[in-house]
Amino acid sequence: MSKNTGTKTMQKGKVGAFLRRGSVPLMFIVICAFCIPMAGLSPSYLINEIVTRMGRNAFLILSLLIPIMAGMGLNFGMTLGAMAGEIGLILVSDWQIVGIPGMVLAMIISVPISILLGLFCGKILNMAKGREMITSYIISYFINGVYQLVVLYLMGSIIPIKHTSIKLPRGYGIRNTVSLLDMRQKLDNLIPLTIGGVKIPVMTFIIIGLLCLVIIWFRRTKLGQDMRAVGQDMDVARDAGINVERTRILSIIISTVLAGIGMVIYLQNMGNIATYSSHSQIGMFCIAALLVGGASVDKASIGNVFLGVILFHLMFIVAPRAGAAITGDSMIGEYFRVFVSYAVITVALVMYETNKRKAKSMESEQLKQAQLEEESK
Amino acid sequence: MNKENTPLLEMRNIKKDFFGNQVLSDINLTLGEGEVIGLVGENGAGKSTLMRILFGADMIRETGGYGGDVILNGEVQNFNSPFDAIEAGIGMVHQEFSLIPGFSTTENILLNREPKKKNLISEIFGDRMNTLNRGEMEKKAAEAIELMGVNIDPKMVISDMPVGHKQFTEIARELSKEQLKLLILDEPTAVLTEKEAESLLAAIRGMAERGIAIIFITHRLQEILSVCDRVVVMRDGYIVNETPAKESSVEQITKWMVGRDVKNAAASSKIRNYDNAPTILSIEKLWVDMPGETVRNVSLEVKEGEILGIGGLAGQGKLGIPNGIMGLYQAGGKVTFEGREIPLNSPRSCLDASFAFVSEDRRGVGLLLDESLEWNIAFPAMQIQNKFLKNYLGGLIKWRDEKAIKEVTDQYIEELAIKCTSSKQKAKELSGGNQQKVCLAKAFALSPRLLFVSEPTRGIDVGAKALVLEALKKFNRENGVTIVIVSSELEELRQSCDRIAIVSGGKIAGVLPASSSVEDLGMLMLSQVV
Repeated sequence: MSKNTGTKTMQKGKVGAFLRRGSVPLMFIVICAFCIPMAGLSPSYLINEIVTRMGRNAFLILSLLIPIMAGMGLNFGMTLGAMAGEIGLILVSDWQIVGIPGMVLAMIISVPISILLGLFCGKILNMAKGREMITSYIISYFINGVYQLVVLYLMGSIIPIKHTSIKLPRGYGIRNTVSLLDMRQKLDNLIPLTIGGVKIPVMTFIIIGLLCLVIIWFRRTKLGQDMRAVGQDMDVARDAGINVERTRILSIIISTVLAGIGMVIYLQNMGNIATYSSHSQIGMFCIAALLVGGASVDKASIGNVFLGVILFHLMFIVAPRAGAAITGDSMIGEYFRVFVSYAVITVALVMYETNKRKAKSMESEQLKQAQLEEESK
Repeated sequence: MNKENTPLLEMRNIKKDFFGNQVLSDINLTLGEGEVIGLVGENGAGKSTLMRILFGADMIRETGGYGGDVILNGEVQNFNSPFDAIEAGIGMVHQEFSLIPGFSTTENILLNREPKKKNLISEIFGDRMNTLNRGEMEKKAAEAIELMGVNIDPKMVISDMPVGHKQFTEIARELSKEQLKLLILDEPTAVLTEKEAESLLAAIRGMAERGIAIIFITHRLQEILSVCDRVVVMRDGYIVNETPAKESSVEQITKWMVGRDVKNAAASSKIRNYDNAPTILSIEKLWVDMPGETVRNVSLEVKEGEILGIGGLAGQGKLGIPNGIMGLYQAGGKVTFEGREIPLNSPRSCLDASFAFVSEDRRGVGLLLDESLEWNIAFPAMQIQNKFLKNYLGGLIKWRDEKAIKEVTDQYIEELAIKCTSSKQKAKELSGGNQQKVCLAKAFALSPRLLFVSEPTRGIDVGAKALVLEALKKFNRENGVTIVIVSSELEELRQSCDRIAIVSGGKIAGVLPASSSVEDLGMLMLSQVV
């Protein structure tokens, strides 16, 4: 009898847990379903946009998965990798290396910078265990200052920059926008393919697919296993002889390196670098997209990444149009998407805490139940 | 059982003190291959410290090492860390689980010792890029489970398991280490149901037959008698008795465990009878979710004017009772004080009903460490009862009455002989015993009707102990305040209380007059241990 009720409550708990986990994606599906007809965009336009944006963004979002696995939460430190990618691209475009070779070189340049920044970030996060998210967020602001110093003052004065097209007229520092016209969508169009009017960035998708395979493979390595162990219980992992600090630093380094490469892919699709702002909100949007896909602070899958990219960008595309249709002001949509990004992150953080508390109060509830059962006997 | 001349383990003249406080003296212990010994003793008898020495715990080295020799297989060992001990063939299963909740049994058994497959990338980036050899892992885990002789599901995730299986997973992890020769089990049956405990005992016998020596620590004496070859009884840092298990009995072991010198054992001479006194506090069906000190279905009556002791072994729930009533941990049930029901989970309403609580967690809950003694003593009274305040503008502005605060602080400093430079000294600068006295003064300043005191003598020296207990008695006698003392030390309860309630397994095992013999109380303590 008692066993029966036990399983029932457990099932109930499972359905509840599924609904809680799925509540954010569901909410976005509802919003999109509501906005799509209002926006009045043609399906082929929508699909085209989604496919393009998926190619543009998915790699960057995938870079967030490994720190989550290592229990370090949503890593705003990926912004550091994004800056490294930008530095690579700026240098490459000054050296006039174009197309795919330019991209590859930019990635190569970004890797050592990403490793150094990741090492720095990882070391600091090890001093702030349990507060990784806010710490990495603040680190990203701090490193943004260093980035500006390098790009605004050192480039052209110490780091040689030849071309006036990217240099500020005063002789040093980089212009607000650096054009990547010679590199624009070179990767996306490497293998041209159009299906039913929808342009598919085949090569980009192949690279993203490869990264997914690497992540799946990585989970099965010793290091991946160690990261999962560290992510779940640092003390137990340490007692078993796993070097917890080193493992955590490695997870951040892998994340920043991937983010650097992802940023190059992102910018080749955009076709230009907004030197001082491209990276500033990328972390926020990637994290919001991942959360929209149903991930949480301690659990995220590749599926979450793709669902998140689709839903988040669908909303990005339709919300301004829908907003314009309703209020006659397209700014409302722009406002809405920034507002929603912050809201999603807030909701995810609050839910993470309440779930933890719920688990605790459930223990009390069990104790109470056990006592009642005993009495009824 | 030992066939060879050199025993597997020999501990010779082991001594250990923590900053002058002797916790182990002249411990000699030998253990042969495949031998099972039961190590018993009250909390604080030194069992854990002895095992920590054997297992090379960091904590021992940080507190100045130990005296004597640990000899394994005829060689003197000097472990720098638990990893050295593991290397030498010692395994330990701790009371707290050391498992990764989201991992399966297999993954936990082979945690950080997984068999691996090499690949191209690992050749470049190093061993950590090797992939796990799942097939091999399953085989090894299955072998370890087989060796234990208990059937557990190797694929089940830890967080879905009943506690018993978690315990078996930990044991299987130790068994999967090929070098294992000696296994220490620290209260492994504490969390097990009866049936699980039986299969664990069977597993212990099975392991011993395979030549693994086992040190088995438990409070369930019946288990010791049924599974061990020898029983080693510790008390106050000494091994007081060592005997073949077959020639012993539960009564005898209990007596060795708790029986201090008969001369000292005389209980307080002035035991008062409160059978006819009105009930001041009645507790009905109380449950408290305090981690490690769970309380289940406790009903208890406290008579007006008495000193009631609550005793029991650590982890059995005695600390949960005051902490639950005072609202520090989630609790349920019914608590009535002088005929009025007190809402639970609300510290303020307890304080308003003029309860006071001296917590066992002096530094965390009891004191404002960075504040002066004056503040520590006067703060709760000021906060809760508006004492030591001067009112201006008809109570609109309240000013601290520094003079009154100093007076009352000085009074308690003198009464309780608190050693300090002045009433302005910071609480953190005082010794443990004096801090405890400040906690008492703080509670006294509230002039409570009912005072809960939790572990009042934990970690303080003998002189301070006597003073603290005397102060409590005096406060009870002179002001008629009902006091509930929770303590692990039976002797202390017998000397200061009128009645003693013993908690075992989260429940009240019985209430006896304080004049009862130590053996009777001891039997109650062990009666329902879970």
